[in-house]
Amino acid sequence: MNTIVVGQLQRQFQDYIVSLYQQGYLDNQFTELRKLQDEGSPDFVAEVVSLFFDDCAKVINDMSTSLERPDHVDFKQVDSGVHQLKGSSSSVGARRVKNVCIAFKECCDVQNREGCLRCLQQVDYEYKMLKTKLQDLFNLEQQILQAGGTIPQVSMN
Amino acid sequence: MGMETESQFHVLAVDDSLFDRKMIERLLQKSSCQVTTVDSGSKALEFLGLRVDDEDPNVLSTSPHIHQEVEINLIITDYCMPGMTGYDLLKKVKESAAFKSIPVVIMSSENVPARISRCLEEGAEEFFLKPVKLADLTKLKPHMMKTKLKKESEKPAKEEESEVSKPEIEEEEEAVIEILPLHQELESEQLETMVSSSSSNKRKAMEEVISTDRSRPKYNDITTSV
Repeated sequence: MNTIVVGQLQRQFQDYIVSLYQQGYLDNQFTELRKLQDEGSPDFVAEVVSLFFDDCAKVINDMSTSLERPDHVDFKQVDSGVHQLKGSSSSVGARRVKNVCIAFKECCDVQNREGCLRCLQQVDYEYKMLKTKLQDLFNLEQQILQAGGTIPQVSMN
Repeated sequence: MGMETESQFHVLAVDDSLFDRKMIERLLQKSSCQVTTVDSGSKALEFLGLRVDDEDPNVLSTSPHIHQEVEINLIITDYCMPGMTGYDLLKKVKESAAFKSIPVVIMSSENVPARISRCLEEGAEEFFLKPVKLADLTKLKPHMMKTKLKKESEKPAKEEESEVSKPEIEEEEEAVIEILPLHQELESEQLETMVSSSSSNKRKAMEEVISTDRSRPKYNDITTSV
C-alpha cells in the first residue's frame, strides 16, 4: 500500500465531501446515511442513492406527463409525485432537491402550472447535478479502497 | 451470523415505498433487530396471521389455518399508505385480542399535531417524523422489552389456546413434524413460522410437541420483502 497516495486520496475525498455539504448539495441526513453502511452492508449508500435517482427519473417523467396539457393538468398526481420526491430526498440528505420540492409543493397547492413547470425543470437539473457529484465521490471511495486505504469518516458540525 | 439470543427482537416494518422500506430495514438491522418488511397494511395483518374477511374488512378473525407463527415484538408503520393507512392498521392491531399487546410505532414525513395525537390516543407508542434516524430507534427497545416480559407471564393461557387448535395443525403439517429432529425446539406457548426470503408466501407452522427445552431455532437476519 502506498501510504502517500492513500493519504492524498483520503484528503481529496474529505475536501470533496465537505465542499458538497458547504455548497448545500448535501445535509446532515447524508451523514446519517453513511452511518448505516458497514462491513455487512458496504454498498448501502450507493444502493440507496441509486434507488433515489431512479425514483427521481421516473417521478419527474410522470409529473411531466401530468403537466403537459395546459387545459388538463392532474395536480393530484403532481402533488403525489412531489410528496414522494420530497420524502426520499429528505431521507437521503439531498438538500437542494428537497428545497426545490418545497417550492414545487407550493406551486402545486395553488395549481400554478407555470410555476410547476419551472420547478419540474429545476428538480430535474438538481438531481442530475447531485448524481454527477456523488458519482465522483463514489469513484474517489473506490480509488481509496483499491489503493488499500480506508474511507475517512467525515463528521460535519 | 452467530447465535440468535433470546433478546433479539423481530420488527415488522410496513411502508408502501420501496425506498423507505430499504431505509427502515437497514436502520433496524443496524440496531440489531430482525426485520420483516411488507408494503401494505393488509399484508402486515396477513403476516401476523389475521385473516381479513373479504366481505367485511372490519371483521378480523384469526385464521384457523394460519396462526401467529412469528413472534413480532414491534410493528413500525408509515402513516400515509394507499388503502389501509398506518392509523387503520394501528386500530386493527389494537382491536385484535391476539395482537393488541404488540407495540406499534407510526412514521410520517408530515408534522401534523392532530395526526400525532390521534395516533398516540389510539395506542401508538411513538410517532417518528421521517427521516427516521438511528437515534430514534433506541426509543424502541423499552417497548419491545415489555412484550418479552409480558409473554413470559401469559404463558399458561396461550398454552390452552394452542391445545385446542392442535389437531388441525397436525393434520396439515404432519410431514413437517416428522422431519423435525428432536433438537428443533420451540417455545411451548406459541407456534413459529419460518419465513424464507426465497419463497415469501410459504409458511410452515411447527408446534412443539416433544422437546422440553426452551431455546429457539436459529433464524438469523431473515428479511422478507413483500
